[in-house]
Amino acid sequence: MSIATIFEIVLAAVLLGLGVWTIVVRETFSATVGFVAYGLLVALIWVRLDAVDVALTEAAIGGGLGGVLLLGAAARLRDADLMASETPGEVMRASAAALSALIAAALAGAVVLLPDAAPTLAPAAVANAWATGLSNSVTNVLMAFRAMDTMLEKVVLLLAIVGVWSLAPDSAWDGRPGPRHETDPNGVLAFLARLLPPVGIVVGIYILWTGADHPGGAFQGGAILASMWLLTIMAGLADTPPTGRRWLRFILVAGPCLFLLVGLVGLLSGAAFLSYPPALAKPLILGIEVAMVLTIAATLGLLLAGAPERSWKP
Amino acid sequence: MSGTTVFGFCAAAAVGLGLYGLITNPQPLRKIIAFNLVGSGVFLLFGVVGRRGAAAGLGNDPVPQALVITGVVVAFSATALAIALLLRLFKAAGTATLSDAPLRADPDSPGD
Repeated sequence: MSIATIFEIVLAAVLLGLGVWTIVVRETFSATVGFVAYGLLVALIWVRLDAVDVALTEAAIGGGLGGVLLLGAAARLRDADLMASETPGEVMRASAAALSALIAAALAGAVVLLPDAAPTLAPAAVANAWATGLSNSVTNVLMAFRAMDTMLEKVVLLLAIVGVWSLAPDSAWDGRPGPRHETDPNGVLAFLARLLPPVGIVVGIYILWTGADHPGGAFQGGAILASMWLLTIMAGLADTPPTGRRWLRFILVAGPCLFLLVGLVGLLSGAAFLSYPPALAKPLILGIEVAMVLTIAATLGLLLAGAPERSWKP
Repeated sequence: MSGTTVFGFCAAAAVGLGLYGLITNPQPLRKIIAFNLVGSGVFLLFGVVGRRGAAAGLGNDPVPQALVITGVVVAFSATALAIALLLRLFKAAGTATLSDAPLRADPDSPGD
């Protein structure tokens, strides 16, 4: 193990500084901005931990889309900020601080006391890569060795969108999510929304495709596609689709349904639920990932757009 | 002390900070942010453990990496659902706190 470099110590210190700022600053909006910066630094730490797949996910979903989500909410809740809400007293805060410090110290102690021959599944993941024909071991774990987690995660995304949509008032049921964005058609945002999507869509598809052998995959590619879609919506060039549209609902269930179907075929053909025959593993996994990238892009975009607010009828 | 250990301490501190914010800050949106701080600390701890388990030519154990990728997406959808609930509460009740603040006069009114 090498000695920590100045860069790593400074990165950790700035990260913690932003964390403290996020918790103690008075205005919610400033806290949100601090959290977005925090998310981008976390992505850098993931690169330093040699986990580029996670770094891409963190930057695109944690920092990027999560940041837009929180900033949007903070902007809409600005009036609520002015309302005085009672803060807990001295004793309460002191005991909360003591409890939090205790838990942080226990975790730090656990980090120091980790066993020195660290247990690892990396050799097993590499040794069994032949079964899928993909050389990115993270994609192998996600799509083959722990495919059940990934499939259930698609179901969680679906449940989240059902939850968000069910918050629609009766008058806007089946309607368009979020407010209609109006911007200057000759402004910077509209310019970017015309310039970036062609590039972003190509990059998103490339990241999906290269995920088989290099860092990347359906999550990262889907998040990039979602951000391109949101950019055109926020620039006012497109509107959010009415949530009642058949094609939209089809895209939302396409990923989980295909995943489930392949899983059931694996079960019926003998081996186990979600087992792929080695000869067909790669095309099957890529097929699922293509359906998933569409589902992920649509779900992430719609989660950001929020509950239906406007009736789609003219 | 290696860089991995530094990031491990950083992750532990993020969990503590987030927990403190979750308990003491009365505003729901701040609680959501604090909860995300706890989550990112837990994910980073996974990363630190996976970095120590680097083997077979990989820089980081792929199993915790895959778990964290799934976790980041699930955390994002939970955050989105929490924010949608909060915005709906704000629209319906005119307040964004969970205290016993007076609601709008007629709770049966459509609100929007």
